[in-house]
Parts: sequence; structure tokens; C-alpha cells
Amino acid sequence: MSLSLPHGFLTSTIGKKYLMGLAGAVWAGFVLSHMAGNLLMFISADAYNSYGHALTSGNIIYAIELILVGTLISHVFLAISLTRQNRAARTSGYAVSPRGEKVARFGSKTMGVQGSIVLVFIISHLITFKYGTYYETTVNGVVMRDLYRLMVEVFQQPGYVFWYLVCLVLLGVHLSHGVGSVFQSFGLMNGRYQPIFRKLSLAYAVIVALGFIAQPIYIYFVASLG
Amino acid sequence: MSELTKKINLILKVWRQKGPKDVGSFKEYEAKGVSTDASFLEMLDAVNEELISKGDDPIAFDHDCREGICGSCGFMIDGEAHGPQKSTTVCQLHMRAFKEGDVLTLEPWRASAFPIIKDLMADRSAMDRIIMAGGYISANTGGARDANSILISKNDADQAFNAATCIGCGACVASCKNAAAMLFTAAKVSHLALLPQGQIERKTRAERMVAQMDAEGFGACTSTGSCSASCPKDISLVNIAQMNREFLKAKVFKEDQVDVGGGF
Repeated sequence: MSLSLPHGFLTSTIGKKYLMGLAGAVWAGFVLSHMAGNLLMFISADAYNSYGHALTSGNIIYAIELILVGTLISHVFLAISLTRQNRAARTSGYAVSPRGEKVARFGSKTMGVQGSIVLVFIISHLITFKYGTYYETTVNGVVMRDLYRLMVEVFQQPGYVFWYLVCLVLLGVHLSHGVGSVFQSFGLMNGRYQPIFRKLSLAYAVIVALGFIAQPIYIYFVASLG
Repeated sequence: MSELTKKINLILKVWRQKGPKDVGSFKEYEAKGVSTDASFLEMLDAVNEELISKGDDPIAFDHDCREGICGSCGFMIDGEAHGPQKSTTVCQLHMRAFKEGDVLTLEPWRASAFPIIKDLMADRSAMDRIIMAGGYISANTGGARDANSILISKNDADQAFNAATCIGCGACVASCKNAAAMLFTAAKVSHLALLPQGQIERKTRAERMVAQMDAEGFGACTSTGSCSASCPKDISLVNIAQMNREFLKAKVFKEDQVDVGGGF
């Protein structure tokens, strides 16, 4: 018996789904940790900045970034490839649309659109913050980047807050279908787990989206006043 | 005729297409005085009788057993595979599900892998080729064995039987926005993977059937659940998870081909 991924895995519909799900799962994990880490802003600006400093000081960040960029690119390319295949499989629709559970839910039907907007958001988000204005601050004698100041500046602009709200809601919708579907694609779903995974998926999406949304809202309405 | 029987009048918008190369379009027909005790196909038979008597071409549709077990019939009624009633093939759908004056749109299964033969008939031989690729078991001939000599757990037998109720009608493909044949293929893979008789080809079955499914031009699964909701036999999405497991196992733990020699 040999352990290998033989020819045909990557080109098959199911193989693509496994990889797309894997890449999606990496990002689902990332957004949860990103959201949780950012909650430090509710404690203090110093705690928030120190967390950011700790994350970016070692070399491990490069490995993590490499994994994130790699999985994001593969997720996007697999999505494009599968969507093209799916469209080719059904070139003409029906004159009348079905109703009830026979129709694909909005969340599952618009994964591509949500994903595309979230991708644009990720890039713009990196430009705004990672490559944004570099302020400095000193926490306990250590000089570090003052990301908190940049964040407060950005989220005082209603346009930014609105754009973040829209994108984070879309991220939530994307996760609500995606997280549960990973279990299905990986073959981990069975009759007993099915309802649990669906609820878990929804809870995951709501926690991530609300956790993130709380941050610009808090800055806009509360922190910026001080 | 029971007291509850009513006569209703309907308008049918039927997809008419002379052949695979024809463009096709909708044509309107009146179905008058339809007994609510009639099946949907019996209603179409009556419409066709009238068309024939007028010298028109009758509406072509697939059908065979007309008792919901053969998988021959099926078309879309108002965008729903086999019509509005759950767990029902169109031959077992009765006109009491409709009311006076209803306007119904009838369309064939639409999928690139299902070319339209004529009117409401789609060529579903792609599904036969998926079965030929791996939906079988090896059976030795010889003296008949006692049917109960192979032990199967009640749970496995029940699950396998649930999967085996798939009649291969193609409603799952027709309902899926990606025209995926995942539910059909998965039902066959699960059915045989759960039973002792299916173990001999188990390691190659999912791999071969999925390869054929992809080659036929069916789409991928996006877990919308439309297939299962439209299935006249309520085949569960869980079978797709089982097929994905079987597929991964087959691909990752592929057995080395044993060289049996043969030369001198």
C-alpha cells in the first residue's frame, strides 16, 4: 500500500472540494483567531498594540502568512474552476423557479459573489491596516507600532464603518454555509451529526461576524468620543 | 368514482422540442374535465389522445411501470422535479394535488449531461455509464447459497436499503443548480459499501464512478440540499459524505498493483 495522491485527485470534482474545504477551514480558523485577538482593543490600546507586536516580532509570522496566502489563492482558484464546471453542467435554467427546500438557500447560492467581495475586502483591509500609516508608541519601554491609533482614525469615517459592516456580514453568510459544508465535503457528516454541524456552522458564523462588527461600531460610537 | 372526485380544467405550458438539435419552445394546451383521481401521466395521456385525434404530434414523455418504482418517468412541473408533492414520482402524483384553473409549466430535466431527446424526454444514459463504471458487485455462479448465511447488522442493512431505494430517475441532477449527479452516484456507492457483497470492488468503486461522473459533465456538490428535497425516494445527503470518504480512501490508500508476472 502506498500513501500518495494519485493522478486524478486534483482534477476530480470531489478532490477539488476536499482541497477547497481544507483551504476554507484554514481561513475559518484564522478569522476566528483574528477576531478573538482583536477583542483586546476592548481592554486597552496597549494590550491591543502589544498583541500585534508579539505576533509580528518573530519569524513564525512569515510561515503563517505564507500558509494564509497559499490557501487563499488555492481556495479562489478552485472556486473559479468548480464554478466554471458547474455552469457548464447546467447551461439553461428553468422557466419557473422551485419553492421551499427544493430551492438552494441564498447563502449557498451566492457563495461566489460573497467570496469575491470578501476577497476585495481582504486586499483593501491589508492596504488600510498592514500597509497603512505607521504610527509608533511605547508600551512598557518597548517601541512598537500604534495600530490602535490607526484603527481609531479609520473607524471615525462612516464610509469605512459601513463598508466593514457589509463585508463582515457577507463573511458571516459565507462562513454559515462554508463551515458546515466542510464537514460534508470531508465526508464527516452522518445522520446524527448533520443537524449539529449545521447549527455549529451558524453559531461559528454569528460569533465571528458579531465579534468583528463590534469593533468598528465601538470605535465609531464610543471610543472616538474620548 | 368516489364522491370526492372532482373534474378540473388546467392550462399546460409544455416544452415542445422535435429532437436533440431542435431549439424548442413552450406551447400551451388545455386539459379539460380532468378527474382529480387521475394520475399526472393519465392526464397527459388524455391530452395526447386529443392531440392524436386532431392529427397533432403527441407530447413525448418517459414512463414505464407507473407505480413509482422504475425510475423512467420524470419532468419538471413549475420548476419542481416530479411536481409539488414530496417523495412522489410524477406517475404517482395525482391530479388532486392541483386545483381548478391552475397553469402548469412542464419542462424536461435540464443538464448538459442529459441531452433532450424529444419534448419532456431527456437522455439519461450518462447515469447508466456511471453504474457500468463501478455500480456492480462480483457474483460467482454455482450452487445457490442460503440467503441468510452472510450476516449483516440491522443498521447496515437498513442504511444500505435506504440508499438502494434510488430508482435512478435523475430528479437530483435536474434539481441541482450545478446539475450534479452526486446524490445518485453516492446512493449507489453507499448502498454497496455497506454490504458484505460490495466489499470486493469497494476500493475502486468510488474512484471509478466519480471519474465517470466527472467525464459525463455533471457538476460538483455545493451542499444546497435541493437534490435530496426533490428526490422521490428521499435519499439523504449523508450518502454524499459517505461517497467522499470512500473516494478519499480509494485515492489516498491506493493499493499497489501486484505484478502477477505472466511471462516465462
